[in-house]
Amino acid sequence: MGAGHSHRLYRHGHSPVHDLPPHCKLAAVFLFVVVVVSTPREAMWPFALYAVLLAGVAGAARIPAGYLLKRLLIEIPFVAFALLMPFVVPGEQVHVLGLSLSENGLWGAWNVLAKGTLGVAASVILASTTELRALLLGLQRLRLPSILVQIASFMIRYGDVITDEMRRMSIARRSRGFEARGVRSWGVLAKSAGALFIRSYERGERVHLAMVSRGYAGAMPVIDEVTATRAQWTRAVSLPAAALAVCVLGWTL
Amino acid sequence: MHVPDGFINAPVSAVTGVVAAGAVAVSLRGARRELGGPSHAFSGGGEKTAPLAGLVAAFIFAVQMLNFPVAAGTSGHLLGGALAAILVGPYTGVLCVSVVLLMQGILFADGGLTALGVNITDMAITTTVVAYALFRGLVKVLPRTRRSITAASFVAALLSVPAAALVFTAIYALGGTTDVPITKVLTAMVGVHILIGIGEAVITALTVGAVIAVRPDLVYGARGLTAPLKLRVGGELVDAPAAAPAAARTRSTKKVWGIGIVTALVLAGFVSFYASASPDGLEKVAHDKGIDAKTKQHATSDSPLADYSVKDIGDARLAGGLAGVIGVGVTVVVGSGVFWAVRRRRAEPASERTPEAV
Repeated sequence: MGAGHSHRLYRHGHSPVHDLPPHCKLAAVFLFVVVVVSTPREAMWPFALYAVLLAGVAGAARIPAGYLLKRLLIEIPFVAFALLMPFVVPGEQVHVLGLSLSENGLWGAWNVLAKGTLGVAASVILASTTELRALLLGLQRLRLPSILVQIASFMIRYGDVITDEMRRMSIARRSRGFEARGVRSWGVLAKSAGALFIRSYERGERVHLAMVSRGYAGAMPVIDEVTATRAQWTRAVSLPAAALAVCVLGWTL
Repeated sequence: MHVPDGFINAPVSAVTGVVAAGAVAVSLRGARRELGGPSHAFSGGGEKTAPLAGLVAAFIFAVQMLNFPVAAGTSGHLLGGALAAILVGPYTGVLCVSVVLLMQGILFADGGLTALGVNITDMAITTTVVAYALFRGLVKVLPRTRRSITAASFVAALLSVPAAALVFTAIYALGGTTDVPITKVLTAMVGVHILIGIGEAVITALTVGAVIAVRPDLVYGARGLTAPLKLRVGGELVDAPAAAPAAARTRSTKKVWGIGIVTALVLAGFVSFYASASPDGLEKVAHDKGIDAKTKQHATSDSPLADYSVKDIGDARLAGGLAGVIGVGVTVVVGSGVFWAVRRRRAEPASERTPEAV
């Protein structure tokens, strides 16, 4: 618990990007991704400009490029999928380096790769510059139903607790000579999962009672209301606005 | 199967987003009822939703990290939609899996923000709803024992995963941005996911069985399972009056139904499956299925490959088998859904609160 509730994806810092109110950042990232997704795939250069825009934001947030690239690895399964696409899509064939590739498939692969990567990069920048609690406050500010925000915050707060419980169970199993090998160990593991569920649910009941006894009646009091000035909004929206300009150019040119 | 940005076009993403938002809104209301629970008289249920659903979401999040070794070095993990539906009820299940997906999208960049609607529709709504509908239907027709709860959760989880693949294919057919032919996507997605479904089914059934053995009262799907209250009157056991409707049900039709469904499933799915899958195919997909931690994504990404590897062996036959299982699944879902609805409607006038009692 030494790390408090800061998740390991967050990079502490005091940059202009860190200081923006969370709901502005959430809105900006979402709008940016929408713009990226609605860009025609035949236009190549807008995607390069989007990447430059994101690189600019990452630079302003002082996120090292290596860190960003490492976090992009989450996308790898879809990269593999995209790389297969030129081989499975029917249509006109192009010959590159002795390989027969489908033109449509190449476009499709490019489309998924470019848009997916930009989306992941934008999300990574958001998660690395915004604290968890701030993210939840931002979601609440964006009118996500408060009960949903509460569920999400309980999930985040107790995620570590439950994961640790699972880890302790695993240690207990192993200290009794259990080794997970093959399908035959599923029964034991499933019993652990069942026990984990019971413990989580019962913990939920205890947490609920503790909260009720402290006066909880279905809504969390909002102590630190996040607010944004016009300047902050302008700064946050400048990213999707720039992207939109690029997108419009991409459609017209 | 976490869909990234740009994989599904904007209009379809928006529509699925609306669908997802609507479903989550409905689930919020339903979850309040489900988590209110019968055992706690003092709570109206409203303020209980957040802590309990939050903890269940944390559980799903954690259990997705629990690795189940398949064979030499490979392992799979639980997806949890069916499990959540059976353990805490369909509404709470949808809610919890949606929150998990939302957090995965925002924090871990796992699944695109614009594709959130697609992901929720596919992985949260489809799996839980299909699983729960099947589960309810089976529990209705099977004898009221613990073992049939386990069996029902097995079948529910088994079919919920390919159903999600089917819905994904449908969304893809509507708004996919790439030109992979639909039939190929369908065969590959559903094929791989039936195998994933088998793993999911075994684990779900075992887990539900484990929970039922310890705290049967916690399993939402088993709430009707409690033995009817007996009174000892003058040395003889007499049914308490409240339990009368459960006892009055005819048993013979149930048995016929159960046997019929199981036979149809076995014939449609497993027999044709064994007829067509060569050792290569099995090994390949077991490998696909196993790859650590991100089973679904790997499955999706490798699927055209999987398609290729089985293509010349028994494409038509495998596809036929899949179609069979899907057909049976859809029929069971629709049929038992109608059956259940009619039944409920008929039972409604008799008593005010049937769902928990029956």
